[in-house]
Amino acid sequence: MNLAALTLHAAGEKLRAGEITSVELTEAVLQRITASDEQIHAYLTLDREGALDQARRADARLRAKDGDSPLLGIPMALKDNFLTQGLRTTAASKVLGDFIPTFDATTVQRIRAAGAVIVGKTNLDEFAMGSSVENSAFFATRNPWNLERIPGGSSGGSAAAVAADQAIAALGTDTGGSIRQPAACCGIVGLKPTYGRVSRYGIIAFASSMDQVGPVAKDVRDAALVLETIAGHDPADSTSVKRSVPPYSAELLGGVKGLRVGIPNEYFASRMQADVEQAVRRAIRELENSGALIEEISLPHTDYAVAVYYIVATAEASSNLARYDGMRYGGRAGARDLTETYRITRDAGFGAEVKRRIMLGTYALSAGYYDAYYLKAQRVRTLIKRDFDEAFKRCAVIVTPTTATTAFKIGEKTQEPLQMYLSDLYTISINLAGLPALSLPCGFDSEGMPIGMQVIGQHWDEATILRVGHHYEQATEWHKKKAPAIGN
Amino acid sequence: MKITAEEVDRIAVLARLRLTAEEKSHLVRQLDNILEYMDKLNQLDTAQIEAFSHRVDTMPALRDDVVTNQPDPEALLANAPDRDGTFFKVPKIIE
Repeated sequence: MNLAALTLHAAGEKLRAGEITSVELTEAVLQRITASDEQIHAYLTLDREGALDQARRADARLRAKDGDSPLLGIPMALKDNFLTQGLRTTAASKVLGDFIPTFDATTVQRIRAAGAVIVGKTNLDEFAMGSSVENSAFFATRNPWNLERIPGGSSGGSAAAVAADQAIAALGTDTGGSIRQPAACCGIVGLKPTYGRVSRYGIIAFASSMDQVGPVAKDVRDAALVLETIAGHDPADSTSVKRSVPPYSAELLGGVKGLRVGIPNEYFASRMQADVEQAVRRAIRELENSGALIEEISLPHTDYAVAVYYIVATAEASSNLARYDGMRYGGRAGARDLTETYRITRDAGFGAEVKRRIMLGTYALSAGYYDAYYLKAQRVRTLIKRDFDEAFKRCAVIVTPTTATTAFKIGEKTQEPLQMYLSDLYTISINLAGLPALSLPCGFDSEGMPIGMQVIGQHWDEATILRVGHHYEQATEWHKKKAPAIGN
Repeated sequence: MKITAEEVDRIAVLARLRLTAEEKSHLVRQLDNILEYMDKLNQLDTAQIEAFSHRVDTMPALRDDVVTNQPDPEALLANAPDRDGTFFKVPKIIE
């Protein structure tokens, strides 16, 4: 049996039953990394020895029956924008150099306390800005289903690692689709929780009114188990909310009978790959056959979301990235005065897409343009949020495709930034409105690339979207299809 | 044109970036393209619409400001590009 191919819940059962050890499981995962990562390039930093150490400690806890967390002994990967004490953290940028954090992000503390084994840090678009991982300052990550294709982004390293059994599960961040879109591209499950549900303390900030941490997983049950471990208020993050965290994994059953499912006209009216539309419509019929009530709904301001997002996100990014000045960490260029030192240091440290977004955001916030761009965008953002408020009067969840196309070829969209931005169409409105959304596999295109369906929920109602996703998984086999084993 | 080369220069100073001539010419074209796309927001009359903000009623109350971590100066300074003892060494601001 290939232990690395197990889901988190199946591996956890075997660990707690004493059928396997965490060391065996971790070695199986490390073996997959050795065999395939020279081709996939999912990891930026591996911690083989640290992982085996953590696994031995998890085994001691398992033997002593000390702790019953479903994550105890499970090898996991972290996107490289989570601070990890003593383990290099780069955000896939050169501006951070070989930065070694002095503390763990709250979510990292929580999975460590639960007994998870942290295998390493995964590749991303620099500062999580991108949809393909092609903006990593180090190298591109490849899609395990087809090495010529992008894995999606920005959490593409985490998604590729989970799809290729290089981790049992992973954490990512999602500002405009950065968990859901790579999950769709790699044929796995990704969840972006409600804004405020999970602490961002220790996450390298991109756009603070939208950034959110969530699970990247092999199935919906795994996503629920990870979410219930990381969710909840954190005194160190004043945007994390004091609300009780439901036992998500215990609320997966119950099906969809009588559940109102909204289908937004605007999402299906836009240009979409034909087999993506067919797959998502087939999935909707599947839900209907299970007793869900399908309602056509309208989200009239959908067409404005990309414009709003790329003003708000770049404005916030230009402010968040002001801290990279070469004074306390990273490299520093020598120059005749301080301003020139900043300018040369930042110019050498940031990649092209990050500079483009800093420039756009600085422009949108600058005197004379603030009202026309930033304030205007925030007003239209209110309209986008109201669209969802109205829609949720008629339905409990909304189902859409996660992406309009399956994973595109590496290099296909790097020349035209606007084309790349438009590929986020179906995911970004959710971040603008602060809602939770799940992506899960619902088929394959004619070239064998995975297709993802998105289930959007009301604020704080992750439980319902997980239940819908779990029901769909029980009725279908898509989530069981594995990417070809590379390097075997 | 929505944006000129001179404006790109001015924004680069504000953003503390020093762009090469090639980067600048690309950026003028790309930003122009993106800003033109953003113009579609002007199709909407938003005079009566409030700017978005997250609901704060569920945000926690203020907490006491107490030190909970144990600063490790050596670990922090290990990342410094330049240091002097237990201080970050930075360029002179005033000549």
